[in-house]
Amino acid sequence: MDYSGGRVLLSSQREGQATHYSPRVLIFVPLAAILFQVYVPQFFEFLHFLELPMLVVVYFALMRRSQLGGLFLGALVGIAQDSLTTKPLGMYGIVKTLVGYFAASVSVRFDVEHNLIRGMLCFFFYLFHQCLYWVMERALLGHQPPFEVQSWLVQGGLNAIVGLALFHFLDKLRSSA
Amino acid sequence: MDFLNRYRNITVLFLVIFGQLLLLAVQVKSDRNVPIIRVWTVTAITPFARVLEALRGGGTGFFRNYIFLHNADAENRRLHDEVDRLKMDNIFLRDQLNTADRAHALALFQQHTQSKTLAAIVIASGAGVNSKVVFVDRGSGSGVERGMAVVTPDGIVGKVVAVYPTASQVLLVTDPDFAAGVISQKGGVRGTFKGQGSPMGLVDYVSNSEKVELGEWFYTSGDDRIFPRGFPVGVVKSVHSGSPFQQVLVAPSGIEHGIDEVLIVIEGVHREIPPVQTANQPVYIAPPPPDADAVREAAAAEAGATPTEADKLRAIYQAAGEAQGHEYGRGYKPPDLLKLPAPGNATAAPASNGATPSQSPPSPAAAPPAAVHAAPPAAPPATASGAPPAPKTVPNQRLANQAAGAQSGTSGH
Repeated sequence: MDYSGGRVLLSSQREGQATHYSPRVLIFVPLAAILFQVYVPQFFEFLHFLELPMLVVVYFALMRRSQLGGLFLGALVGIAQDSLTTKPLGMYGIVKTLVGYFAASVSVRFDVEHNLIRGMLCFFFYLFHQCLYWVMERALLGHQPPFEVQSWLVQGGLNAIVGLALFHFLDKLRSSA
Repeated sequence: MDFLNRYRNITVLFLVIFGQLLLLAVQVKSDRNVPIIRVWTVTAITPFARVLEALRGGGTGFFRNYIFLHNADAENRRLHDEVDRLKMDNIFLRDQLNTADRAHALALFQQHTQSKTLAAIVIASGAGVNSKVVFVDRGSGSGVERGMAVVTPDGIVGKVVAVYPTASQVLLVTDPDFAAGVISQKGGVRGTFKGQGSPMGLVDYVSNSEKVELGEWFYTSGDDRIFPRGFPVGVVKSVHSGSPFQQVLVAPSGIEHGIDEVLIVIEGVHREIPPVQTANQPVYIAPPPPDADAVREAAAAEAGATPTEADKLRAIYQAAGEAQGHEYGRGYKPPDLLKLPAPGNATAAPASNGATPSQSPPSPAAAPPAAVHAAPPAAPPATASGAPPAPKTVPNQRLANQAAGAQSGTSGH
């Protein structure tokens, strides 16, 4: 596959081929992301802005180009993340389900190997993730969380940067077949 | 199937989202501590149920009110009959309640009166047009005898004129053959109450010189040996002078409210005519001002400073009585007035007892010591014996005679 071109949009469905990963990668990478999300911010407070599970979901949804795979992965990762928080099960599950589905949906139109696209998608899905979670927290839980747009924008940029690095690392875990 | 294949992904997405929403709803509770899934379910179901119920109720009502009217007329008649029956039941129950009230009053009267009475129920009335008789459900088997009085708490009703084993015939006070001795409450005017066949009765044999007032009550006098003394007869409605006696019409109080239950006096006990209740209400008299006594003592002291000859003589006698332990007005042994104290000591007495001259009526100034001895005491022997004062001799003498008669009547019963 030639990634040297400067195009960000695919000219046909055939250009976007699905990338395959071993089941171990599909299991352990999300688990590692969840564990990182749970433990690392306890020791490094400044890393609290990272949303590694979401980045992992976005990556696999983009690369596998499967809406069903994306939404199920998002649902599983989200519910697993919910189970490690004090919030009701389903909050992160719903959000990440939608993130995985939409990420898989846009992957058929964009060249997801492009760094700019990856960065923008990470930024956009982080904002989408935070906004949707804020809406659900208000609507379903009756809470009044603050609407911190500026913080979300900054954190979205940081997550995009981290996401680019993470995606490069995960690219190396692709199956050879 | 083609639709599902075409929209498989979005369908699965909705299912997964819906499943997680359900999962959330099971966990999350609303502000009122109700699981939010129940809130959602009720909120989702209620409008449909309301619509369905409105449709069902409207349809049922439409068919019931406009289509199926074949039995409405029969139901209307049945309801009318039921209303009539309920009205009759209501009247019956009210009558029962009134009967219970009258029976309760009768029982109270029977309990508090000293006479021995027997409760009876009026079961029939006389057959004659002018005869005012009724039948009661007590006869000789219950101890009823001919000539017994029949009363209610409101007054006399009549007397037993015939006794049967299980019933008795009572001549009412309104019958022309009825008569009873009566006495007025205020003036003690005696007479004979006679029925007239009308609601009013006549008190006969009341002379024109005797005073009977409108609204005055007449009570049984006990002279007829039928009605014990003291039972109310009726209230005076009209008084006219006549020849040779007054025409005093009395409304009998015993049959004023109808007669359903009566009391037959088995053993009568005479009682006093209740006193007339005064129409004057008590008048409040304020206490005297705090310095009234001081003013009165000052006036007495001033009067004591210049006593008259009578005051001096009275002071001498009073000092003599006090010295000998005698109190004027009590006992028959006079003080020894030959042992009079010195005039100087006696004149000081009024000053020391200033209230005495003003409170005690002064004796005649020229009364000699013998006159003091003969002066009548405050309570003469006649008064002490309980005889009435002279101006009221006539009516009270009548009362005394009545009391004597009452005693004889009581013994007779």
